[in-house]
Amino acid sequence: MNHSFSQRFQILSSLEKFPLAHSFVIYVGQTALLIVETLQAIAAGRVRSRLVLQQLVDIGYGSQFVVIVTGAFTGAVFTAQTFYQFSTLGMSSAVGPVVAVSLFRELGPVLTGLMVAGRVGAAMSAEIGTMKVTQQLDALRALAVSPIDYLVVPRAVAMLISMPLLVCECVFFGILASYFVAVKLLGVSSVYFSQNIWRFIDGHNIVMSLSKGFVFAIIVVFLSCQQGLTTREGAVGVGRATTEAVVICSLCILIANFFLTMALNMVFPAGLR
Amino acid sequence: MSEQKILQPSASSLQPSTLIEVCDLKQCFGTQEVLRGLSLSVQRGETMVLLGGSGGGKSVFLKHLIGLMRPLSGKVLIEGEDISAFTERQLEPVRCKIGMLFQDGALFDSMTVFENVAFPLAERGLRDEKTLRQKVGKALELVSLQGHEEKMPVNLSGGMRKRAALARAIISEPSCILYDEPTAGLDPIVSDTINRLIRRLQRQLQVTSVVVTHDMTSTNHIADRVALLHQGRLHFCGTLEEFHASRDPLVRDFIDGRSHEID
Repeated sequence: MNHSFSQRFQILSSLEKFPLAHSFVIYVGQTALLIVETLQAIAAGRVRSRLVLQQLVDIGYGSQFVVIVTGAFTGAVFTAQTFYQFSTLGMSSAVGPVVAVSLFRELGPVLTGLMVAGRVGAAMSAEIGTMKVTQQLDALRALAVSPIDYLVVPRAVAMLISMPLLVCECVFFGILASYFVAVKLLGVSSVYFSQNIWRFIDGHNIVMSLSKGFVFAIIVVFLSCQQGLTTREGAVGVGRATTEAVVICSLCILIANFFLTMALNMVFPAGLR
Repeated sequence: MSEQKILQPSASSLQPSTLIEVCDLKQCFGTQEVLRGLSLSVQRGETMVLLGGSGGGKSVFLKHLIGLMRPLSGKVLIEGEDISAFTERQLEPVRCKIGMLFQDGALFDSMTVFENVAFPLAERGLRDEKTLRQKVGKALELVSLQGHEEKMPVNLSGGMRKRAALARAIISEPSCILYDEPTAGLDPIVSDTINRLIRRLQRQLQVTSVVVTHDMTSTNHIADRVALLHQGRLHFCGTLEEFHASRDPLVRDFIDGRSHEID
């Protein structure tokens, strides 16, 4: 045990010559530990249902407007652009499935993830960060209450429930807006639009969408909480932690999305079956 | 220092009445050594006042007693048990027995005064609203803060915040309370209320207290024993009478408030 600790210590010491790599390894390690401790707390049943409900309202209910507007206008603009391109080829009836598949597989989860990172991730990081610099986290610990149990677990549970639902909502309103723009404004046949969507969208697309939503929820909640828990240097530190939380979450969502797309396309290939 | 030699404790020499025993505690932040082998013991039921210059490591020392900081080396024994290597979960029972008053109160700013004071009891499973109201009312009465239950911490003065934090620290009736500058920033009358409360808790409930302060009036009022920290080490430890009778230049400077700077 001690031997392995000293080995780990030596590895970290040798990395000190490379400050960026050193900080990266420490950051990844701390985040991994946070995830493990949170999962252990959930498994042990240390979940405060009142706080989970409160977070469900903050994260899920509070993000409705942003997600609906984002989904609807993305669906609308994507429909218009696709229609203008496809109509030159006489394929305007393909607008529906193109928009729907894109929303299910990419745009819905990614845009929801980015919006939630900006709205909720920043708030989480700022709130926990402020508690850290004003010794409220120490006060929690001094009162025999684990900050992970009290602050991270309710946020993680609420986020893991809310994000997939928000993704569904974003996709639903995107397709609804797409229908309105394509059928009511651009004159695409309502029957073709709907029929083609049903032909191309199946359970696989929904599973892919929800899987991505779930992974993005993990990214947003743990990276934002980690930024908050490691905040230092007063008000400036809180500002820095908040900005970093949004930037890191957004970048991780975009990067993770690429790998998820590649992996999930092997499991759930696109196209007609 | 002869006092220092007397106070080199070890686990084997632990007296049954000893609640806190700190052995050769070292801590540093970067290259700055804050504690350089500090050893000190606190007896059950006594009020130990820790004096020392600003930035001398008094608050850091206090945080080690409740496991908020881990020592670089050395031991922290609470009731004979070394907590320095305890995990957060293992520390929870220890923290249930020890309350702490933070320098700026550290009230939860998203909760009202009532919710803050009720927090330790609610977290330990007390759900009955009536009992909670009774206990919170009693705790707030002790710190002369009744009638402010529904206020948010942001609407309280510094002194009121500190008193609310004190009510939160004492509501679960811990056997030991750590005070980090309990009277700093308070007017003399409120300071006297706090001093009397610390004394009353000791006399009536045999609460052990460790008080970090710069306030000599407070020290004279509450201390059973006084420890003076200097450059991360224990410079003096003795009873209040011994402290006042000491001819040590640093102790004298502290008592008389002399800085040796030329105008």
